[in-house]
Amino acid sequence: MANIKELSRREDRLAGGHRLCAGCGASIAVRQILLGAGTEPVVAGCATGCLEVSTTIYPYTSWKTPFIHNAFENSSATISGVEAAFKGLKAAGKIPADKKVKFVAFGGDGGTYDIGLQALSGAMERGHDMVYVCYDNGAYMNTGIQRSSATPFGAWATTAEVGKAQQGKTQRRKDLTSIIAAHGVPYAAQASVSHWKDLTAKAEKAFAVDGPAFLNVLAPCPRGWRTKPEDTIQIAKAAVQTGFWPCFEVEDGEWRMTVNVRERKPIEEFLKPQGRFKHLFTPENAELLSAVQAEVDRYWNYVEKRCNCG
Amino acid sequence: MVKQTVIATTGNSLVAEAFRQCAPDVVAAYPITPQTAIVEDFAKFVAQGRVHTEYVCVESEHSALSACVGASAAGARVMTATSSQGLAYMWEQLHIAAGLRLPIVMANANRALAAPINIHCDHSDIMGARDTGWIIYFAETAQEAYDNTLMALRVAEHPDVKLPVFTTLDGFITTHTIDRAEIMDDESVSAFVGQYEPENALLDIENPTSHGNFASLGGTYFEFKKAQREAIERSRSVIKDIGDEFSKLSGRPFDVVEGFGMDDAEIAIVTIGSTAGNARHVARELRAKGVKAGVLKVRVFRPFPSAELAAALKGVKAVAVLDRSESFGADGGPLSLEVKTALYDAENRPMVIDYIYGLGGADVKLELINQVFDDLTDLADGVTKPSGLVYLGAR
Repeated sequence: MANIKELSRREDRLAGGHRLCAGCGASIAVRQILLGAGTEPVVAGCATGCLEVSTTIYPYTSWKTPFIHNAFENSSATISGVEAAFKGLKAAGKIPADKKVKFVAFGGDGGTYDIGLQALSGAMERGHDMVYVCYDNGAYMNTGIQRSSATPFGAWATTAEVGKAQQGKTQRRKDLTSIIAAHGVPYAAQASVSHWKDLTAKAEKAFAVDGPAFLNVLAPCPRGWRTKPEDTIQIAKAAVQTGFWPCFEVEDGEWRMTVNVRERKPIEEFLKPQGRFKHLFTPENAELLSAVQAEVDRYWNYVEKRCNCG
Repeated sequence: MVKQTVIATTGNSLVAEAFRQCAPDVVAAYPITPQTAIVEDFAKFVAQGRVHTEYVCVESEHSALSACVGASAAGARVMTATSSQGLAYMWEQLHIAAGLRLPIVMANANRALAAPINIHCDHSDIMGARDTGWIIYFAETAQEAYDNTLMALRVAEHPDVKLPVFTTLDGFITTHTIDRAEIMDDESVSAFVGQYEPENALLDIENPTSHGNFASLGGTYFEFKKAQREAIERSRSVIKDIGDEFSKLSGRPFDVVEGFGMDDAEIAIVTIGSTAGNARHVARELRAKGVKAGVLKVRVFRPFPSAELAAALKGVKAVAVLDRSESFGADGGPLSLEVKTALYDAENRPMVIDYIYGLGGADVKLELINQVFDDLTDLADGVTKPSGLVYLGAR
């Protein structure tokens, strides 16, 4: 795996001057992942959402690599087609047989966990040689903080409100990484923008495998999480340290924890700095706060068990 | 004229054959009745190694067209096929394919839309796609389905056009019945369709481009849409030129509207797709009895051949438009609305009545066509007046 010195010498394929918010986790994720592609050419696709809207305002583009946006739910299907074209054009002799190009599709949690799940599942099953990246910020942030199936249990969102009758999201987060791993893809992993080495190493692995690979990357959203832009990495780190976001990989069916958290911190350390969880800290919601901790424990134990059992 | 082979086969098989001869780099498709045989036949060609195509068997029609969009943007020659609910499921992507100016060719087996569920022919599906920016060919026969496919690819990839094109054929009537057809040899088709030279391909790695950008600010979206309108207007002459070229090659006539007995017709039926055959048969019988009956078949529906249609209907007293789809709440079906618009500025415009017929595969018997011509005779003679929309053959 490349060290930071080597990575720093690689070209940034997402230019500065894009219009994402200060502190946005998405652009950090994109940069780290594209660094993992090494020096080979990459064609990138992206679902409709903040990342696309803020990087491709016509007549400008922040992408220093071929880029395509199609719609909200079909980044994976679109890149399937691009990758198929690459193979078809090679078969027709229109592209040299030894030419190497990497393909990556990006989507937020809305475009991946929810509306895009079918297309993603299809692309993973068909075995296209592509990397799919979900930048997970736990809500439909582009449209203004509506809940998604990636929204954590107990979080506030504009469609999972806090009031007398309800205290934020009442359902648990969908475990997308396990769903994709269950497709039997050669590589699936969960990572966080706070752990750059872990993430870039995973991106390198994902790009290296022959066939589909999947990365689920925690990418905090200061607007939606109600956090300070300068705290993004700190909060992402807290997500890992509290066990809310276990960093693991599934390589050919082999589960492995990649960031060791010797002593998990209480979930409050992840929740407290975020405005979307502030209702959990009122005395009447003490039970709910324990339920959130129990949900984090449940998922952590599940992942740990999978990793220990292989 | 090139040498051709006469074969007896179905419309679906002929479309699959045309696809193979066009040698697309990518076909991404999902099976749906009555289109299924197209993708099945094509799968055989791939398995037999008779075509180099990367064949992507996707999990839905939405992903089929999404993958086609990706592949076409990448710089590949791309074809697909669908029908009915599948086409409806692609609706969002129809706009995107056209907006990105991607020359995808899609065969649609025209079929009714649910509810209630129905697998048989009408034009509800394709008429739902009429404003999405695609060029639309209709086939009356399996032969036309084959011919249209070859012409469509040339039109789609023409540098003045660069738009996606539908080649449609009527579900079961044209897709499944065995018909006589002449097919060209592979070399002649290859020479006719040529190689696709994409511009701004995503896979041109040395010259990176961004496709599908956000054009919401400063009226740029509006400018793109205007450019799209200009492209489809330019396609009018391209469709004719390529039609002429193909006509010389195949010996079969082509026009955007094709008339029978229209030179001196006093009464005429305007129709589209497979029904034209029955209409022509009845008109021929009536002509033998001295009735000046004509039939006008619309072969290209988008861009709509308004000028050609108005010219052909000049001097006709009464016109019946046969619509095989509904436009609920409008004053007639989609075809009649177009025909009436085309005639609005015409001098001595004829009386027009609209018949909605054959929805969901309801029979289009010769008696029904006879009834339409009888109605037209009464209208032309001043015995009756136009009474609005008629539901032909419905209980």
